[in-house]
Amino acid sequence: MLEVRSLTGGYDKKEIVHDVSFSLKKGHMLGILGPNGSGKSTLLKMISGILPVTAGEILIDEMPRHSYKQKELARKMAVLPQLHAHAFSHTVSETVALGRYPHQSGLFSQWSTDDERASTEAMQQTGVAKYCEHELEYLSGGEQQRTFIAQALAQQAELLLLDEPTNHLDLEHQRQIMDMLKHEVEERQLTVVSIFHDMNLAALYCDELLLLENGRVRACGEPAEVLTEDEIAEVYHTAVARFAHPQLATPQMALLPDTVVADNCVTLEQFTVKSQYVHLHTDKPLRTLSAALHNPGFGWFRHFLNRTVDEHYMSDDAHTEMKNYIANEQLPIEQTVAMMTAVDVQHAVIRRYTNDEHEIFVMVTAGVGNAVDAARGHLHAEPQRVGTINLWAIINGELSDESFMQAMMTTIEAKVKAMQDGEIYDTHTGTIATGTSTDSVLIAATQSGRKYEYAGTITAIGKLIGRGVYETMLIALDDYKRAKGWIQ
Amino acid sequence: MKKHVVGYSVSIMLLFVAAWFAISVGSVKVPLSVLWNPSSADAASANIIWKIRVPRVILAGLVGAALAMAGAAFQGLLKNPLADPYTLGVSSGASVGAVMTIFFGISTSSLGLYTLPIFSMLGAMAAMVLVLSFARLVDRSMKMETLILTGIIVSAFLSSVISLMIALTGDELRQILNWLMGSVSMRGWPYIKMIWPFLVIGGLMLWMNRKELNALLFGEERAHYLGVNVKRSKWMILVGGSILTGCAVAVSGTIGFVGLVVPHMTRLLFGADHRHLLPLSIINGATLLIVCDLVARTIIAPSELPIGVITSFIGAPVFAYIFFRQRRKGR
Repeated sequence: MLEVRSLTGGYDKKEIVHDVSFSLKKGHMLGILGPNGSGKSTLLKMISGILPVTAGEILIDEMPRHSYKQKELARKMAVLPQLHAHAFSHTVSETVALGRYPHQSGLFSQWSTDDERASTEAMQQTGVAKYCEHELEYLSGGEQQRTFIAQALAQQAELLLLDEPTNHLDLEHQRQIMDMLKHEVEERQLTVVSIFHDMNLAALYCDELLLLENGRVRACGEPAEVLTEDEIAEVYHTAVARFAHPQLATPQMALLPDTVVADNCVTLEQFTVKSQYVHLHTDKPLRTLSAALHNPGFGWFRHFLNRTVDEHYMSDDAHTEMKNYIANEQLPIEQTVAMMTAVDVQHAVIRRYTNDEHEIFVMVTAGVGNAVDAARGHLHAEPQRVGTINLWAIINGELSDESFMQAMMTTIEAKVKAMQDGEIYDTHTGTIATGTSTDSVLIAATQSGRKYEYAGTITAIGKLIGRGVYETMLIALDDYKRAKGWIQ
Repeated sequence: MKKHVVGYSVSIMLLFVAAWFAISVGSVKVPLSVLWNPSSADAASANIIWKIRVPRVILAGLVGAALAMAGAAFQGLLKNPLADPYTLGVSSGASVGAVMTIFFGISTSSLGLYTLPIFSMLGAMAAMVLVLSFARLVDRSMKMETLILTGIIVSAFLSSVISLMIALTGDELRQILNWLMGSVSMRGWPYIKMIWPFLVIGGLMLWMNRKELNALLFGEERAHYLGVNVKRSKWMILVGGSILTGCAVAVSGTIGFVGLVVPHMTRLLFGADHRHLLPLSIINGATLLIVCDLVARTIIAPSELPIGVITSFIGAPVFAYIFFRQRRKGR
């Protein structure tokens, strides 16, 4: 649909865009990214014919752009510039109706039903139909922007060039306009080239991205290829961290501000054992990876709860029940991660382990009435007995994602070993158990101070975790056995 | 749509009422019945009506229509509500052209009757080009104030050129002075014949660009994207407007503010859509000038005021009001 071949040009005296090439198939959306002054708008204006081209070619539908007559071109390609000028008052519907100009011809051309349909539809798609009789100058910036998008849509061109279409729009309207464009791209094979300021929005909606730097193409391709941490850091001179969108297979970029991270340190005093729960309350949030009931997965939290519930606790909706419980305790729901156990928290074992500059804390509550040998789990029916091992490993230091996973592996391996050495049997199969069927693990780190790239079993931090978890587990298991009267 | 039906009906009705009064009222009262029953009138009345009043009313109407349409187009093209042939200095340019024709006694056989309007138009175009290029030189975005100020500078200069020519003439002085004051009196049918072809051409040039004018209100860049041939439209509008102004000035001298007041009022009432703004301005411009002329010749009868006095009396306050509104809005 659109092909740009080694395009060079810009303003009269200064070439801004150098040797830019790309092509776009019909029914695709291309996002143009780049820092201020990288030539995004200039490139768009050259494609749309406002600025001169000194070298290179622009093909629209395999025909050179200059071979189109002005009106023909406007039927083929609609353009939404970044700034809008207007004089005197116009109603929204008059403004949108102007988009039909290229479809009208002759001295006495009439407004046809096609014209009417196209402009009504464009107004509905952009949500401005309800203001159609309002005057443009009294509308908000966002409403004006949507009116001009409607005008461009009313042109019914196959190719749409947009310069920051989501400018002035709030979150709802950003999504609405982008969803609508994406829908047009998919359903009607509209081809869209759009400049974006927000690379995350571009990554969400575009099939391809073009990254410009100083008027040259820095990268071009699928969002996953173009949006790399190194590329963005170099082009924008800004540190970013790439992460996956929680629900879509598209990369997103998080800004890493250049501010000094204040020291954050967990101490033993921050652990308290209340009547119904173990509570860790830190000064600043800890990065956390857990299999907790409330707020599992990765997150940042300041309150950590290991709550005792009655042996006969039954709830259809444990999540909501836990949320209500946290709220009743006057704790912030979104900053709290919480798990449950049937073990009385007075039996919780909390210990500090340290060597040289490394320091961790381990918290264990162990109830093994429900012990299971993971290798023979398939021999078990539904769990009937209560019993849970809840394990926390809190680390004063900075962990990479990789070391978070390794810390979790190390914790679990140490737990299994403690089960073995504590001779806890799976009563159903008669073999040594590896855990219970409802265990939970939590790894949290302050993300300040020493950095740990790895946390395997013989790394500095891994050694501490392995030993700490193993020893604390054994103490907790002995405590459990004593309570059950198995040992003296 | 309904708004426009009302607009056209009221405007046309007003035009007829104005024309009717203008024809019947004067130093000699002619009963209205003469208009639809000429046979009942005596020869003197018929003479007054067909030789003096009717051509005068038609000429006033044509001049008003031309100035209002040119004003509407200039305002649209320049996106400037204060633009009109008078404030832009285009009228002064046309005056210089016309005065030169009289001063030098230019008459070419090939142009014949049309010498005066053609030189007026050329003067108008030259002034337009001068004002626009100077304003562009001062400030590329051609802000409202820049343009008006440039118009004033050019007008002042051209006025002095006219004064110089007047000072240098002897016996032709009265003719020029008379004409300069701005009047449609004692012109008669020949003047109507002289300008009507140009009015049609200029009017058509603007009418053909009515949708382009709408698009241009959103800026030249946007108009380009909508498929408007911006360069061609701009030239057609400038030339068309200059032709209309030149014609009006050639027959009636400089009559100020008609091109400012009429499009402004029309736009206020019926919107900025040039498909309706242009024809409505034509009708209302004609009405306004017919009424102004009626007032000019009756208010201090038996003497006559120059018609420009009346239009400026109305126009200047409206100009001030628009300026005030625009500046306040900009803040």
